[in-house]
Amino acid sequence: MAETTAQRKTDIGPPHYQKFLPPVIKKNYGQWRYHEILKPGIMVHVAESGDKLYTVRAGTPRLLSIQTIREICDLADTYCGGYLRFTSRHNVEFLLTDPGKIEPLLADLKAKGFPVGGLGNAISSMVHTQGWIHCHTAATDASGIVKALMDELIEYFSSLKLPAKIRLALACCLNMCGAVHCSDIAILGIHRRPPKVDHERLPKVCEIPNVVASCPTAAIRPTRIDGKETVEIIEEKCMFCGNCYTVCPALPINNALNDGISIWVGGKVSNARHEPMFSKLAVPFLPNNPPRWPEVVGAVKNIVEVWAADARKYERMGEWIERIGWPRFFQKTGIPFTKQHIDDYRHAELTWQRSMHFKS
Amino acid sequence: MAPDEKKLPDTPKLDELEHGPWPSFVKEIKRAAEKNPMSQDILALLELSYTQKIAHWKHGGIVGVRGYGGGVIGRYCDIPEQFPHVAHFHTLRVNHPAGWFYTTEALRAICDLWERHGSGLTNLHGSTGDIILLGTRTDELEATFSELTQNGFDLGGSGSVIRTPSCCVGPARCEWACFDTLQFIYDITMHYQDSIHRPAFPYKFKFKASGCANDCVAAIARADLSIIGTWRGPIQVDQAAVAAYAKDGIDVQADVVDRCPSKCMAWDGKALHIDNQWCVRCMHCINAMPKALGPGPERGATILIGGKAPILHGAILSSVLVPFMKMEPPYTEFKALADKILDLWAEEGKNRERVGEFIQRVGLGNFLETIGLEPRPEMVAHPRENPYVFYEEYLEEEASQSQA
Repeated sequence: MAETTAQRKTDIGPPHYQKFLPPVIKKNYGQWRYHEILKPGIMVHVAESGDKLYTVRAGTPRLLSIQTIREICDLADTYCGGYLRFTSRHNVEFLLTDPGKIEPLLADLKAKGFPVGGLGNAISSMVHTQGWIHCHTAATDASGIVKALMDELIEYFSSLKLPAKIRLALACCLNMCGAVHCSDIAILGIHRRPPKVDHERLPKVCEIPNVVASCPTAAIRPTRIDGKETVEIIEEKCMFCGNCYTVCPALPINNALNDGISIWVGGKVSNARHEPMFSKLAVPFLPNNPPRWPEVVGAVKNIVEVWAADARKYERMGEWIERIGWPRFFQKTGIPFTKQHIDDYRHAELTWQRSMHFKS
Repeated sequence: MAPDEKKLPDTPKLDELEHGPWPSFVKEIKRAAEKNPMSQDILALLELSYTQKIAHWKHGGIVGVRGYGGGVIGRYCDIPEQFPHVAHFHTLRVNHPAGWFYTTEALRAICDLWERHGSGLTNLHGSTGDIILLGTRTDELEATFSELTQNGFDLGGSGSVIRTPSCCVGPARCEWACFDTLQFIYDITMHYQDSIHRPAFPYKFKFKASGCANDCVAAIARADLSIIGTWRGPIQVDQAAVAAYAKDGIDVQADVVDRCPSKCMAWDGKALHIDNQWCVRCMHCINAMPKALGPGPERGATILIGGKAPILHGAILSSVLVPFMKMEPPYTEFKALADKILDLWAEEGKNRERVGEFIQRVGLGNFLETIGLEPRPEMVAHPRENPYVFYEEYLEEEASQSQA
């Protein structure tokens, strides 16, 4: 009998989502008629049946202890019949059918330190990566910068006073497991020093053809040192992507003196109005300055506030910049334009100004 | 994990991040560290990184649960003698339920097992969508996995597999969903279980499904195969509701008509006139007036391919592969297409070459020909500008003479 109970299950997949839908959603699934944002962080969805579903959205630090998850569950048990959901941006959503429970829930959330907001024309929680807490390729921390920045920008999370949505994201290296490359403002950790080759270790732990093939600029070539197979790096060709380090631990690229942060602006994924866009370079480099990264926080806050003061209704960062032009973006934000802003990688010429249509 | 009475390490730098109005991840680590020696060490190790401005982790190495090749990210500290409790600090990716809905019962079960087997720290959620159980030892992996499956959960993807598919909230709570994103994502997640758990590809492959062009899961930027809801036929209009919005203070001309990218609508102060043949289904007018406007009646999705972040040759946005596909279970047409793409890329793709980069290398025209799709003008922003055109076949003079 023990053998039967100990049988190992594999490939069962995730639980079926229907098990986790609150009754009001099961009843009105696919039958929602419209929604309205009632207050910052609070919206109502109205179904064809007339049923109403109230959502209260709260920010989280993404990195959550089981103790805090249990507290969140306590709130969902008290106010939401034991159901809750999370968003793709690490917010938690409390789903209520009784509008009378909204105010008590808000009071409890406030007491526990969860900010309510992130809906509509606001800053939502930041998508971000692991940083120094868990990653070997990180050029910066993630949670620390996000905490420092959101402390400074929280009024734009908890209100509806911005002209449009603004999506902030952070990736601690350009592997971008947070895929920040289409954000209104992206904070990206960068390396700026070529990997140091550990010639002793490399032949033992890495496959040289894979290492050579991993380099997008062909900066790595096989060589022999003291009779041992290894690789050399043509440093002027290295653009610090770190891909070789990902395939070969004997090529460490992390470097406290040179690693830091870049800031990118004007990307979006939604098709609303303007097509999706990549973010473009605004600030090439800022130092890692833990624990509160004041240079990064200041630079991002400046961009947010210049945009907020100047953009028209519905105009996201990239749409605003397209209207005013990049020269005026740099004028208005006071960010110096440098050699690093001009692309020099594949198809770089497509990003150069190839007409008389520019605004100075 | 046995409780360790060791007091929390001194962390003056991290302590600075306990202050301020945004919820503090440092408080979270400290909460977990009250009972958990792994979290005590992670706190001290992170403080060291904050002092030295560098990470203290080594490459993963191969670690996992029996029979699976993905789902666990191996992680080892590079100074284990100083931080023995995080000498191993492996992450489990747990496949989230579609749409990220939970019962508190299910979440509490995960908390309970993670209290017994790991650091007590999580991410809700990781970038691909999984529940992230952050940090445990190799010898805890099988036990954690066993308890997860007993509670109805399974691991997600990592490495060169189909990564955990994810989707927006869809028809569960959105009037704009043009297909059932939850049902679709659950269906393909089950269909591809083997490929999610066992690496069989050149690199990662991501499916993401958004119910409309607002693209709440960033499918176009982040998925190798992006499934984005759309419609055919006219936008549904309730003129009385449009008029009500106008009365309540929406400037229909400035906020809706002037913002339309295809200039397909006009407002005469009483009614909104949409010339639907020019509409690009961007969602702006519907977003601005959800009570008045809705997607057209014939609904489905556009299938786009190739989206990815910069590694290796640069970031790519997905591009149109199938302009309109009905998305009804059992999704036969979609699965047949996905299987053709996966088979071709698995066979011909180079190591660490995402499908978008594979298509760049072989050419979209050749790719379409091989998977059996006809070229369509919707697939390009415009036809080629350069005259260097490849033709595989040409006429020989002798052949044409003999015919003359």
